[in-house]
Amino acid sequence: MRKQLKKFAQFTALSSLLVLSACGGNQAAGDEDGESSGGAVKADIGVISYISGPGAAYGEAITNGLKLAQEEINGKGEVEINLVIEDSAGKQDQALTAAQKLMNSENVTGIIGPTLSTEMNVVGPEADLNGVPIMGTSTTAEGIPQIGDYVFRNSLPEALAIPASIDKAIEKYDAKKVAILYGNDDVFTKSGFDTMKKAAEEKGLEILTIETFQKGQSDYNAQLTKIKGLKPDLILASALYNEGAVIMDQARKMGIDVPFVGGNGFNSPEVINIAGDAANGLIVATPWYGEKEDDKVKEFVGKYEEEYGKKPDQFAAQAYDALYIMAEALKNAGEADRDALRDALAEIKGFNGILGEFSFDEEGDVVMEPTVLVIEGGAFKEFN
Amino acid sequence: MLIEQLINGITLGSIYAIVALGFTLVFGVLGIINMAHGEIFMFGAFIGVVVTSTFKGPLWLAFMAAILVTAAMGYLLERFALRPLRNKQGVSHLAPLISTIGVSILLENLSHHIFGPGNHPFRASFAEISFQIGSITVYLVQIVIFIISVLLMYALSFWLGKTKAGKALRATAENLETASLLGVDVKRTITMTVIIASAMGGIAGILVGMAFNSVTPQMGLSIGLKGLAIIILGGMGNVKGAMAGGLILGLAETFVVVYGNSGYKDAIAFAAIIVILLIRPQGLFGQKISA
Repeated sequence: MRKQLKKFAQFTALSSLLVLSACGGNQAAGDEDGESSGGAVKADIGVISYISGPGAAYGEAITNGLKLAQEEINGKGEVEINLVIEDSAGKQDQALTAAQKLMNSENVTGIIGPTLSTEMNVVGPEADLNGVPIMGTSTTAEGIPQIGDYVFRNSLPEALAIPASIDKAIEKYDAKKVAILYGNDDVFTKSGFDTMKKAAEEKGLEILTIETFQKGQSDYNAQLTKIKGLKPDLILASALYNEGAVIMDQARKMGIDVPFVGGNGFNSPEVINIAGDAANGLIVATPWYGEKEDDKVKEFVGKYEEEYGKKPDQFAAQAYDALYIMAEALKNAGEADRDALRDALAEIKGFNGILGEFSFDEEGDVVMEPTVLVIEGGAFKEFN
Repeated sequence: MLIEQLINGITLGSIYAIVALGFTLVFGVLGIINMAHGEIFMFGAFIGVVVTSTFKGPLWLAFMAAILVTAAMGYLLERFALRPLRNKQGVSHLAPLISTIGVSILLENLSHHIFGPGNHPFRASFAEISFQIGSITVYLVQIVIFIISVLLMYALSFWLGKTKAGKALRATAENLETASLLGVDVKRTITMTVIIASAMGGIAGILVGMAFNSVTPQMGLSIGLKGLAIIILGGMGNVKGAMAGGLILGLAETFVVVYGNSGYKDAIAFAAIIVILLIRPQGLFGQKISA
């Protein structure tokens, strides 16, 4: 009996260790001095990312992009950035705790993240209150930079992306009737839906039905069968790629062959990996196009593939550019000071990164030109 | 369209039913709600993905591998998370529930590390076979799922009711000490039950992978909770109840989408369960517990 007890204790100890290591995320040790020395501006940048849980794939891409940029920036020697990475697990409370921990550390000059707009809605006001500049790399919902002066983002908002893709799809397919499908338990997909509905109404499209689903759902047959019966010309789907790819797969199996128009979260090469041929006919507007004839883009894609063994998606690309923007602002600020960093960030204009030419408007929101893409023959192509 | 939705509902319901059968078996014998069942189900689905997509193995091999792995997991679960807590002085009756919750968290995170986050597609040519009847597309997988769920239900009913091992199992469920005094190898019976329930979870996992082409480390949680709701609806520990409950929930969820608002899918399905339980607190097929 005692032996059994011992075994059980060992097992629980082992399993709790495993769980801990799974939940903890990784943490870099804080740098001692945040001051500039010998020309290079040294700064800690806090990162809040979705590293464990259903959306861990986003956190993985984001932290990969950041680490790649960090390596390059530190290699150049003008700015020395130390990343302090915290896991939010996609939860508001955990994101807030992580943010408070970062803000309380004096060495942290600015924060990149959190991953979800839901999280930014609680973390943003807190960062603004504490005077810590914070930049979202994947928060595309309405109203994020409007939270406060210290809140920025470099992710293309849905309000810019979705109307651009809907416009092109209407033009090409002469669409009149649409069905809308969206995830109703996430600020991101909900906000995408609001934008879609508004855009569809403005273009005078007839909305046949509005269907919803939840994160992590695996069966969409009921909603899709209903949509199939209504015979739309286009399906507008505000979904993240994990759910979106499965939706397309099930739709094509059912015999729905109309094009899908997706939001920002639907735009990932993973859609093709998951759905295969079923992904053909997905139209998205994107800040990130990996096949672009551009030296910076090619270099980034090459390095990323070599390092992580897969193609970078927009989450990786936006994170990569975000750290470059941070570095640029730190360099302009000349010191690792929170207020100086904020002022320097606000002045970023015409920054030339892998996403194209990028500027902040007066609210800290994005000014840039999206590219509209369509999946054809198993690859993203420019949609004309 | 109505027929298509009916098929959707029955497919979903059959999957719920197979998961619920695994729950109900363990509850019936041990009186334990096995919260790790959903995660074992998820592992079954992943084994299917690994065999068919990564190693390009045939489907039957995927089934065999999934059954083997999940059965082994069932054994480990019994051996390390349940048995040490049984018949011990001072152990709360909630302890096994908590330890299965622990196992479920462990398994979810483990699969996250082994298989990676996100959706893993299930590439099996079998999943592509379909018939076209008018405008309705019926997939062979949908029929297979329904047949397997019915077969499992009958096999379990027969096994529990008519065979010697089944009788031993029911005796164990009635009273552990008495069964053991009457010569039933209680330890073996309990281990067998957990193993069988887990293997059924593994089968369900592969079927879900094929039907929906979506396998994620998180799929166990939601289906586990639904399985739990179903066995309460159908009557705890009742095999036919699990089947009926699964079909009711699957059809209810589907038809809420057809005639109403898909945003209320889960809400209405679970509201229906509450209403049924108010009328029949012991569940649809459950027996009244005499005071």
